[in-house]
Amino acid sequence: MLLQTTDIINSMATLAQNDHAGNVVEHATQAVDHAAAGNMKLALLIPALPILGTILMLLCAIFRIKSKLPAFITVACLGGAFVVTVVTWLGMGEHGAQLVFGFDWINFSWADASSEQSFVANFGLYIDRLTLLWMLFVTGLGTLIALYASEYMADDVGTGYCRFFAAFNLFVFAMTCLVMADNLILLYLGWEGVGLCSYLLIGYFYKKPSAVAAAKKAFIVNRIGDLGLALGIMLIFVQFGTVEYAELFPKVEPLVEAFRAGHMDQIPFTVQLIPVLLMIGAFGKSAQLPLYVWLPDAMEGPTPVSALIHAATMVTAGVFLIARMFPVFLVSEWALPVVAWVGTLTALFSATIGMAQFDIKRIMAYSTVSQLGYMFAGLGVMTSTGAAFHVFTHAFFKATLFLCCGAVMHGFAGQLDLRKISGLWNMRGWRIVTIAMLVGSLNLAGFPFTAGFFSKDMIIAESFVTPGYSAIGWILLITAGMTAYYTFRVFFRVFVGPVHFEPGEEYEGDAEGHGDEGDGHGFHPHAPGWAVNTVLGVLAISSLLAVGTYFINTDQHGWVGSMVHDSSAYMSPLYESHGVVEHDASGHVEASSDVRAGGTFFGLNPHGGVLYYVSAAFGLIGIVIAWWLHYAGRTEAATSRADNLALTKGMLARGARGKWFIDEIYDAVIRKPLWVFANVLYWLDQLLIDGLVNLFGWVPRAMGSLIRPTQNGQLHGYAAGMAGGLVVLMVVVWLMSL
Amino acid sequence: MMQTLAQAAYPQAMHDVTLYHYLFVSAGMFVLGLIGFLTRRNMIVMFLCTEMMFQASGLALIAFSRFYLHHTGQAFVIFVLTVAAAEAAMALALVVLLYRKHSSLDGLLFAELRG
Repeated sequence: MLLQTTDIINSMATLAQNDHAGNVVEHATQAVDHAAAGNMKLALLIPALPILGTILMLLCAIFRIKSKLPAFITVACLGGAFVVTVVTWLGMGEHGAQLVFGFDWINFSWADASSEQSFVANFGLYIDRLTLLWMLFVTGLGTLIALYASEYMADDVGTGYCRFFAAFNLFVFAMTCLVMADNLILLYLGWEGVGLCSYLLIGYFYKKPSAVAAAKKAFIVNRIGDLGLALGIMLIFVQFGTVEYAELFPKVEPLVEAFRAGHMDQIPFTVQLIPVLLMIGAFGKSAQLPLYVWLPDAMEGPTPVSALIHAATMVTAGVFLIARMFPVFLVSEWALPVVAWVGTLTALFSATIGMAQFDIKRIMAYSTVSQLGYMFAGLGVMTSTGAAFHVFTHAFFKATLFLCCGAVMHGFAGQLDLRKISGLWNMRGWRIVTIAMLVGSLNLAGFPFTAGFFSKDMIIAESFVTPGYSAIGWILLITAGMTAYYTFRVFFRVFVGPVHFEPGEEYEGDAEGHGDEGDGHGFHPHAPGWAVNTVLGVLAISSLLAVGTYFINTDQHGWVGSMVHDSSAYMSPLYESHGVVEHDASGHVEASSDVRAGGTFFGLNPHGGVLYYVSAAFGLIGIVIAWWLHYAGRTEAATSRADNLALTKGMLARGARGKWFIDEIYDAVIRKPLWVFANVLYWLDQLLIDGLVNLFGWVPRAMGSLIRPTQNGQLHGYAAGMAGGLVVLMVVVWLMSL
Repeated sequence: MMQTLAQAAYPQAMHDVTLYHYLFVSAGMFVLGLIGFLTRRNMIVMFLCTEMMFQASGLALIAFSRFYLHHTGQAFVIFVLTVAAAEAAMALALVVLLYRKHSSLDGLLFAELRG
């Protein structure tokens, strides 16, 4: 009996395998390895563990856990996901992209007169090195930041703790869907999921009106971008009949060939429209120029959220989208230039704003927007390696910077104004924060031999190589100098110098003893505890060590280059062979052998190392200016030499301080007219639509009111009516009988 | 005037009483009831007036039935009486309830169905 049962189970398993084998055959033509071995199936745990975490958080909320248990469950789940990611990465070996089938999600097919069509979007994973690169830092940073948040959110234990970590886990799940999806529909699910979690976490302090407004703003601005993405995906399906990467890329390839051969007429206009629509989605999610306004406001959320979602991971989803769909961007002659220019202008624009802000978290937010601009510029000049490398290094050092700002904010009761805190280095218990901040700042400023230096330099060098993009290179160089300035402005004012502090708005005067909260002397900042210090230490060390990845696989431009090399983002051989664009997506090596075709930097080969010196010089100049203006000779905390400069009082400074009034312009140009239009429609609705509806009610009422007096409720009245009717009837009968 | 066999078998005590006399009495009772109903405010009296109108119609039916030698009218009167008995029970119960509500039998006090 038992034997029979096992036989049946075995035969069922064989059937299932056969079914799956059918898929393998189908995909085999597209040169994609299916996960043959069982170890790739393990990758399904990467999305499964965070969603398990979410469910456990809900259970914690139901059972009203009043301890830090939710945080440690989260750390365990995300840490497990990280370990699985590492195992998967090690198990990749030399394989190319692998498909791992999870379960049937959307699977339609319908017969057409000529052919059978289908719409398949399963819960399946597309695992190549680009995916794993993203997953490594998403899960790794997620684990570290969850640990940090366990301490940072300690005030909310028992109230919002479970809610916070539930959204945190859900975010990581959505991000894994976005990155690991094997089709665009699942990517879209993740895309919207991260948007939702971003909304939930920005609005975490839902009793604070500014947080609620920021959450709404983020959600609505993202909707605009998401519309572009949704339309892009629809157009891809209409045009190519599939949303699965493994089927899509081979179908795009002939068009790329046609583009390279110069047969633009063979590429339908609608196909050229696809990258534009996808681009809009990427610009929304990654906070690029027209749609960047939500990101600085998103700093209303708790700092771990700012670090994870709004600096390291979610905002790089746009970069990932373009890197993943790179072939689609190659079929249009102006998609990538637009990406490059939007990225470059965003980098410059937000750097100017960042230079003039006083809120340290906001400075970091604008710096994130600016650095994302670099990444887009990198994609635009077709160094997807440079862009991915910058995403990777930026994830570490920006998370470090944000978590340092968060530690300061936490320790000083919400104080974020760089004019009101000073000299943390000389305070007890703030050394690790200061050192971590210094490491992050050096990376962001592009100090020589830091990871940020190499990744930024790769993008800048590549823009000088690409013919016609040297203007982008110059703007990015100048922006690098500005970045160094505003980064070290924060560092020199807050972390070194004379000791001074005022508590922030969350400090309401300690009732127990300390009386004079007015000048802050009664206030005692509390230095970060073990969890925060550990995480900051680990992050600072990883930001420093990230530079090492540049020297692994140097022939492919670092470890990140090798990760990008065999993914969809790497299309260079197609270019080289036909010579339309002489450099390739990731390698300086191939391009430098043929410099005469590429651009030069004052006659020098940009790949020859000259730009290392130039960008180092720009970074150092920025740091020195910050040092001179904000540190040298500063005796008071609130003032510095910069305040006496004529430049800081002029129109330019006022504009930058007011964020160039973009929010106000949007308000005047979009929100106000929409408000007026909505009101016009409201009155139209009130008068016309409601009037018509009410007319239908009014007519019977009016007619009824004519005869209503007859119904006076008096018995005698009715009786008289009946008698009168009888009389009338009789008279009629009598008249008729005449 | 030709007499049917059935008519011939009946005694002819009131030789010169015709159908019109019955109808006249019936009409008189009906009008009296109607006038009573319209003019009186005591609900019991009004109820009695309706009973009188009932009986007037019943009388007319009987008279027609006798005149046409057809039993339908008489049968109908049996139903009318049954209904009148049930209606009397109902109406008097209602009157009692209404009296309890207003402690008065004045029909003018009850005008809650005014439109």
